[in-house]
Amino acid sequence: MKLLSTTGLGLATAMAAGLVSSANAETELTMYYPIAVGGSLTEVVDGIVADFEAENPDINVTAIYSGNYDDTRVRALSALASGESAQLAVMFSIDAYDLIEQELIVPFEEVATTDADKEWLSSFYPALMANSLIEGQTWGIPFQRSTIVAYYNKDLFRAAGLDPEAPPTTWDEMVTMGKTLTQGDTYGLMIPSTGYPYWMFQALAIQNGKEVMSGDGLTTYFDDPAVVETLEFWQSLSAEHGIMPTGTVEWGTLRQAFLEGQTAMMWHSTGNLTAVKDGASFDFGVAELPGNVRKGSPTGGGNFYLFKDTTDEERAAALKLMQFMTAPEQAAAWSIATGYMGVSPAAYETDALKAYTAEFPPALVARNQLENAVAEFSTFETARVRDGLNNAIQSALTGAKSPADALAEAQEAAVRLLSAYQ
Amino acid sequence: MSAHANLERRRQAIYGWLLLSPAAVLLTVFAFYPSFATLWSSLFSRGTRRNPTEFVGTENYADLFADPTFWLVVKNNLLYAGITIPVSIGIALAMALWANSKISARGFVRTAYFTPTVLPMIAAANLWLFFYTPGLGVLDQIGSLFGLPSVNWLGQPETALWAIIIVTIWKEAGFFMIFYLAALQTIPEDLKEAADIEGTSRWTYTRRIVLPLLMPTTLFIAVNAMINSVKLIDHLFILTKGGPSDASKLILYYIWEMAFAFFDAPHAAAMTILVIAVLGIVAAVQFLYLDKRTHYQ
Amino acid sequence: MKSLTKFMDSFGAILLAIIWIAPLLFAFWAATHSTSDAVNLNLFSPWTMDNFRVAWNGAPWLKYFLNTFTLVTVILIGQFILTTLAGFAFAQLQFPGKDYVFILVLMQLFILPEVLIVENYAMVSRLGLFDTILGVGMPYMASAFGIFLMRQAFKGVPIELHEAARIEGCGLLGILWRVYVPLAKPTYLAYALVSVSTHWNNFLWPLIVTNSPDTRPLTVGLSIFGAPENGVDISVISAATLMSVAPLLIAFLIFQRQFVQAFLRAGIK
Repeated sequence: MKLLSTTGLGLATAMAAGLVSSANAETELTMYYPIAVGGSLTEVVDGIVADFEAENPDINVTAIYSGNYDDTRVRALSALASGESAQLAVMFSIDAYDLIEQELIVPFEEVATTDADKEWLSSFYPALMANSLIEGQTWGIPFQRSTIVAYYNKDLFRAAGLDPEAPPTTWDEMVTMGKTLTQGDTYGLMIPSTGYPYWMFQALAIQNGKEVMSGDGLTTYFDDPAVVETLEFWQSLSAEHGIMPTGTVEWGTLRQAFLEGQTAMMWHSTGNLTAVKDGASFDFGVAELPGNVRKGSPTGGGNFYLFKDTTDEERAAALKLMQFMTAPEQAAAWSIATGYMGVSPAAYETDALKAYTAEFPPALVARNQLENAVAEFSTFETARVRDGLNNAIQSALTGAKSPADALAEAQEAAVRLLSAYQ
Repeated sequence: MSAHANLERRRQAIYGWLLLSPAAVLLTVFAFYPSFATLWSSLFSRGTRRNPTEFVGTENYADLFADPTFWLVVKNNLLYAGITIPVSIGIALAMALWANSKISARGFVRTAYFTPTVLPMIAAANLWLFFYTPGLGVLDQIGSLFGLPSVNWLGQPETALWAIIIVTIWKEAGFFMIFYLAALQTIPEDLKEAADIEGTSRWTYTRRIVLPLLMPTTLFIAVNAMINSVKLIDHLFILTKGGPSDASKLILYYIWEMAFAFFDAPHAAAMTILVIAVLGIVAAVQFLYLDKRTHYQ
Repeated sequence: MKSLTKFMDSFGAILLAIIWIAPLLFAFWAATHSTSDAVNLNLFSPWTMDNFRVAWNGAPWLKYFLNTFTLVTVILIGQFILTTLAGFAFAQLQFPGKDYVFILVLMQLFILPEVLIVENYAMVSRLGLFDTILGVGMPYMASAFGIFLMRQAFKGVPIELHEAARIEGCGLLGILWRVYVPLAKPTYLAYALVSVSTHWNNFLWPLIVTNSPDTRPLTVGLSIFGAPENGVDISVISAATLMSVAPLLIAFLIFQRQFVQAFLRAGIK
């Protein structure tokens, strides 16, 4: 008998420990978000949220940091699938097709009905909206967006006899300068091929004049001659010209490698800017990516999404939160803290960003590149199609397959996966 | 008299089932029911906006068998099991023999061997990430001292799976060592003395006396190791995420990816059923075969 | 000759031990030096606690620690109760179908919660236990391993004690509580140590079932901390890793003998 009552007590205590607190009369918002750099930026988000709650006492926001983009997507969707409430999340801009297919999100045209709302919807940089415009509607709002930029070590440039204010602007210049810069243990250039190889590949492809997918998410062009040529070029950087290490270049440790002087130039997200600035013991510069047929870079980063399973009050509250967080002052503060772009032209007109960019011009490079930016790789079944492309890139770079073969395989798989949607 | 006995038997039966019920309920809810539910859901197609879910029988299984990634993952897992099981058992045996013998710093040695066991796999992965980083990592730094070139351990298909295997062995061997230590301590001293009197070499003694006596333990460890070769995939999340080009992808990771990254629950379910079936068969075979060959004291 | 063998033995054993402990040592090295010094292995560079500070501020470690502590406690309590009851039933009671049920229980050794992850996750949600500590712990409470251990332990109790207690008028549960449980104390302790270290370090299932920092255990917290978008900082990650393994590691180093004995005992069965 003693056992049973102890059991009962134990279970009751355990359940009390596990219960989530109940909601009250305010509108409750749960928001999942990723942070692109580990650590204390959760405080910045908490600060912004606190400011919002102060201005809107009838809305209570719980912002849950859930890891990187993949983690956040899994988290948010797990929560929804299991009946937990979540109203909005910052997720990868390229998850849009999958989210629409799973009938999880609503287009903003449904909730942004007032004139002020509509004005807000059109206040963002058009290039940043490219990934959100699907089937004629807007499904995502830019929040932490980026492009790829070229970081370069000015001290190493000087040491090699190159002009530190003249980074390469064409592929040929990049190769020539790369050769001069490759000495001893230092490489001229590192382009990461783990983590998000498709992203880097997209940049190279657009610079060679070809987008790798269509705007409606239904077709890929992996085996197009221009695309194959692009992969051959990437491979030649290590195999033929020797300015890049052979095999794959690790995304996660590339920034450290750059800071250690192991490479004179690196391609990476502008989201790394603040971290590089804080960690560099040398003079460094940031430049737009060089072009071949044209200049270009894909955009990157996360958008706000609004979930379908929400009440009208929740949608209105969520909209307010998004408008607050993308307002020019907030966008400016976020940009300065992280290195991500200000998402609207108005953000760059704020005093804070004006002062910051005057003092630190590299912060403008990503924004300037928007002129030539394209949408990030996104199709239906995006994770699997993307996987195929990633594998093709890595196979070619490690010498396991020829670029033509690898890309042909990826294209075949993509066609198979996308046929169900056409 | 017999009526009383019957009553007693009935009482026992009722009590027996009552005592068993909490465990039985939980086991049903979290092991048996989900197994059947998984089997059931593996027979349906994935529901999307355009195609609602429908019964497709064995189509999901056929899809898997036609998927080259699936076969690559199976091959990876077989290699993973085929290396980690014997090697970690072998090292564990050596460790146990050493830790049981009269060497110096025995306490330190035993602690060192067992420490990886108390770490979570995630932490172990972080530690080894530092080792495997190309150029900056410890392995490459040590290698460069000897003039060896930098190797991209995690970034090449050829070495990625081996890198994963090494972390697993590092984590497991100490754990298995404990079981061998326990068994070694039950071997009576007089056996060793008898062997010494007869003048047998240490190697012969080990091979012909100790090893056979350790067979039950080896069987137990082998079953454990086999289950772990399916279960231990945590380090993939930190080290390779299954790459490059799926070279280090293992089946449980693929199941997780299929269900939670690709939103494809039915195919994940089909794979789960296959895994359970294989585990069950292999375990049965192991028990039957090795059981015949063990010597029980 | 013998001393040469002994020397070779010691040398081999110690060499392996050093190799085995190397990753932990390097992590300690990286955590206490700046990232640049760490990766360049500048041996005489200054020590710093900065990494620990950054890591500590980077995530709610205290909360993670408390969650993990609560989790292993809840699981252990559940396991004690369930395995005691079930183990006793298997050990001392006769009832129809006993052997078949026992085989079913043993099968659970293979049907791990991790393998059935999708369905178990759906089950947990259905029970309303998603993102709760109980939800993380429940699938593990009816531990086949534990039932097996308790059965073995209870089988070893002399039947005279059982009879004596019955004569004194105890009901079945009374006998269980007064006679069997105290005698099985060493087994309980052993099992507790094995269970705590297993579930302290569990990762995949908590990853799926927990969603917010309020329930997240150390392992999941560490993985989130260590896999950000834009790149890892080896020193900070090492500091975070050391912080999260410290409690269990220190407990292990202090209570080594008990730990080893526990696993030994569990293994003998």
